[in-house]
Amino acid sequence: MLCERCKQHPASVHYTEVINNQKRQMNLCEACAREAQKAFGLGPALNLQNFLAGLMGPVIAAETPGGKQRLKCESCGLTEEMFGEQGLLGCADCYRYFGDRLQPLFRRIHGSVRHTGKVPQRSRKNYLLVQEVDRLRAELHDAVEKEEFERAAELRDEIRKLEERLGRRGGMGT
Amino acid sequence: MSLKEAVHNPYSPWMDHAAPETDVVISSRARLARNLANFSFPHQMSPEAAEQVVHAVALALRDPEFSARFGEVELVRLAELAPVERWMLVEKHLISPGFVTAERTGHQHKGLVLSADERLSIMVNEEDHLRIQSLYPGLQLAAAARLADEADGLLEKTLDFAFSDRIGYLTACPTNVGTGLRASVMLHLPALVLLGRVKDILTAVTRLGLTVRGLFGEGTESAGHLFQLSNQVTLGHSEADIVNNLESITRQVIDQERTAREQLQKQMPVVIRDRVSRAFGILRHAYVLSSEEAMRLLSDVRLGVGMGLLKGLTPRLLSELMVKTRSTYLVKTSGRQLSPPERGELRATLVRQALQGVKNNS
Repeated sequence: MLCERCKQHPASVHYTEVINNQKRQMNLCEACAREAQKAFGLGPALNLQNFLAGLMGPVIAAETPGGKQRLKCESCGLTEEMFGEQGLLGCADCYRYFGDRLQPLFRRIHGSVRHTGKVPQRSRKNYLLVQEVDRLRAELHDAVEKEEFERAAELRDEIRKLEERLGRRGGMGT
Repeated sequence: MSLKEAVHNPYSPWMDHAAPETDVVISSRARLARNLANFSFPHQMSPEAAEQVVHAVALALRDPEFSARFGEVELVRLAELAPVERWMLVEKHLISPGFVTAERTGHQHKGLVLSADERLSIMVNEEDHLRIQSLYPGLQLAAAARLADEADGLLEKTLDFAFSDRIGYLTACPTNVGTGLRASVMLHLPALVLLGRVKDILTAVTRLGLTVRGLFGEGTESAGHLFQLSNQVTLGHSEADIVNNLESITRQVIDQERTAREQLQKQMPVVIRDRVSRAFGILRHAYVLSSEEAMRLLSDVRLGVGMGLLKGLTPRLLSELMVKTRSTYLVKTSGRQLSPPERGELRATLVRQALQGVKNNS
């Protein structure tokens, strides 16, 4: 199918507009679509980068004192705006600084927030400890819900011990 | 073959047709995204840091176990290759177009590693510090994944990869986080396209967590009827699950394509024989060929070979011609820039030469 406008290039953008139940369809090539977009004032085309930033969770007021301050990675200096433009994080620490706000994005893209695949040899011990802590935390949550306070206290102590070991091993990771 | 030779030869071992399911599956690929802990990701790093990453990888390649497994491989900087040589590697699907075009990191700080059999390649400072890729002919996803995993395992002995205990390997783009694994197959689906069924099938496939792309260009009418299927999700599934899922869906698509071919043969034997023989005739005798026409005709001929309608031709030869008919190769062989008419003429000449002596004795 050729572009309706220039009748030269193959149409690759299929634009459908529905206004008051009146459907109008246009088949345009990429170049004409870009121009049409400007003419219609549709704003910039959505691309993967914009989508990613749009999938991030809302800013929680308490997290950012003053309300207006945007998130920024202290390690590499990447700001939320930069992430919005490029769809790329700047360094491993960004995953910590943007932490909670990336969770909805992971859920949308991957349907999961938890890695279950390969673990590098040197991270293996730490990884297992973190798994154990998370498992105990879930159990603790359960115990509190069921008002099993004795069990909850035990679990809390166990978690504390493991976390101390993790602290010595160099942090919890993200 | 060393990297410097690989840029001259249009053939790459993934084109070998002595592999499973090559009537439909052209190649299988596994790619692992990895980053070094304590360095910003490539787009956010200084040239000095980029250089340190290149050094670290070069060092890791010298690990005796790595070289025992993959041979003495050298790291070549992109700056050491001529532009046309870089594009040759793109056309051979050994590196990504983005690796050549992205300018944020200078070509002197981008490294490339290629094993002698061209099965393993590593891009250094692409979107991530390392992109470990393995490429096999036909449907061999498990083998491809195993090779990439092995290379990763040997490299991590020297390199400290950025890894989170909860979300796995950390990558520049959050769409790759977790396993960092992108497994993909390149499929030739001409019969499904001809019967108008490809769109439905590929739409169904995207609901199963896979992504479909036309090989060249984004249009629904993929040039050469080539489609790439890959996993969308990298987090929350194990590497084995990702590979198995893609493989089982691929097998179903293969069955669909084969059924469609049988149907073509049964319902319109003359039409289909005419189409593939005509394509062969034009390729064999034309004096001018556009790139698009060549792609289309090569696809028809490949279909004819797959259906047993054309004899004396191999899928390997056709894959090689797919590279040879690209403008990059034409410029490479002639050693200078060519005008479009010159390209059309040289393209036809190369195809005629390659098909000389091939008799369609069907």
